[in-house]
Amino acid sequence: MATAYDIATKQAEPEQGGLAPVIAVENVYKSFASHKVLNGISLRVNRGETLAVLGRSGTGKSVLLRLIIGLDTPDSGSICIHGQDIAGLALDRMGEIRKKMGFLFQQAALYDSLTVQENVAFPLEHHRRDMSKSDRADRVRQLLAEVGMEGDLEMMPSDISGGMQKRVGLARALALEPEILLLDEPTAGLDPISSGEIDELILMLQRERRMASIVVTHDLHSAKTIAGRLALLNEGDVVIEGAFEDLQQSDIGFVKEFLQQS
Amino acid sequence: MSDRGFTPVAGLSPPLPVGRTELLPSVAISAARLFNGFFEWFGSLGIFSWRVFRAAVTPPYEWRELIRQLDEVGSKSLPLVAMAGAAIGVIISLEARYSLSRFGAKSMFPVTLVYSVIQVMGPVITGLVVSGRVGAGMGAELASMKVTEQIDAIEASAINPYRLLAATRILACILMLPLLTLATDACALLTGWFAQTLVEPLSFHQFISSGFNGATFSAFLPQTFKTAVYGLIIGLIACFQGMRTRGGAAGVGRAATNSVVLASLFLILADVVLVKFILVFFS
Repeated sequence: MATAYDIATKQAEPEQGGLAPVIAVENVYKSFASHKVLNGISLRVNRGETLAVLGRSGTGKSVLLRLIIGLDTPDSGSICIHGQDIAGLALDRMGEIRKKMGFLFQQAALYDSLTVQENVAFPLEHHRRDMSKSDRADRVRQLLAEVGMEGDLEMMPSDISGGMQKRVGLARALALEPEILLLDEPTAGLDPISSGEIDELILMLQRERRMASIVVTHDLHSAKTIAGRLALLNEGDVVIEGAFEDLQQSDIGFVKEFLQQS
Repeated sequence: MSDRGFTPVAGLSPPLPVGRTELLPSVAISAARLFNGFFEWFGSLGIFSWRVFRAAVTPPYEWRELIRQLDEVGSKSLPLVAMAGAAIGVIISLEARYSLSRFGAKSMFPVTLVYSVIQVMGPVITGLVVSGRVGAGMGAELASMKVTEQIDAIEASAINPYRLLAATRILACILMLPLLTLATDACALLTGWFAQTLVEPLSFHQFISSGFNGATFSAFLPQTFKTAVYGLIIGLIACFQGMRTRGGAAGVGRAATNSVVLASLFLILADVVLVKFILVFFS
């Protein structure tokens, strides 16, 4: 049965000649009390493309991801997913859109009362009710194998390291085969080797699945490894957007300072 | 005397008192904040209740989570309410025997015990015990999930947290409170009779037939089933407090405490209304 999301998606594509961006953020403002976080930000991400959003702490990078997945609402501006504006959508209608999105939280946000395999099975149990138990178990094992966690099925989140938690979080984010992947600081707090492994994993997933991805990070090395395009934020807006070389050649003081410090 | 009404002490400059003109606006601001907070809390509770209600009545239904919560609220509270009921039965038995003896009305003991337990003490004690155990547990669990972004993760996985977390818990409380009340009542009557029979032998059959003599269902059923409203209050306030938590470990502690305190308070206030309602419509 076609969902509201599918109908909206089909309607949006012909209008744009099939080239509509998967994620379109237009002139979005967001404040918390008197603190302005996003100040008219605009971004677009197409299918198969990875955009890295860089910037200092507190510049609204994570807020941007929360707005895109609808966990927060913008004060003004629009956020369109496959051409459908998500502002004001009811929770259940937003749910149809979220099924096409995977989100990796900064602290992984694994369900602490469930084992590793139960965490990954959680979205499948709720949205793939037609799947048999054995099919679901196979799918969970396959997802965990993709992120190199196939040997820790019965572990509890509290018993595994931060890097392993992020791997499990990534497997959970991929469970519903999303078309959009949002990663919030996937390498934050990890040692260089674990960071490199996570970067490799993201690159491999991009090659295989061709998702539209936004990676929020302040790790410049990771950003240039996994993303084709980078956007640098300052004071709630994009200072520069382009390939890593564009950032290197920029004359903007903040960009130079950021690259020097990173 | 200084112009502010203080006598200066040599070598010490007097503290500057808050003048009446400065005090009044600060009191007014505090009162306005309190008033604002009060209405904000009830407004948020109203919006939360509507979201939970809408989630509860629309599919998909979370049967598995509901069964888990029925077990959590019901089976795991049973030993606690049974013990509380047993203690209440003995207390009422001791008090009633003493008071009734003074007025030469010892024959009224079974009726007094039955009515005291089923109409008054059983429902309230069950409500308060469950409020303490379940209210604190739910409040703390949901608050912990909130501050560690687990509730956001549920929402990001396209699962309605109001349906999965709140509706199932509230419904479990509504369904289990009357059953737990029956268990409290049964334990209280049993221990009350036992305490009496140690002093003055009375067969259980005689105790029950005298206690329930002339009683109708309408005398007891509304009193027992009003605890479904207690369940609604406990579940709703615990889920609301838990799911709106902010501020790390301190926030989790506050949510657990507020859940118990507010649920117990509203439960007693609701009892005033319910007793009047039952007296008007079921007497």
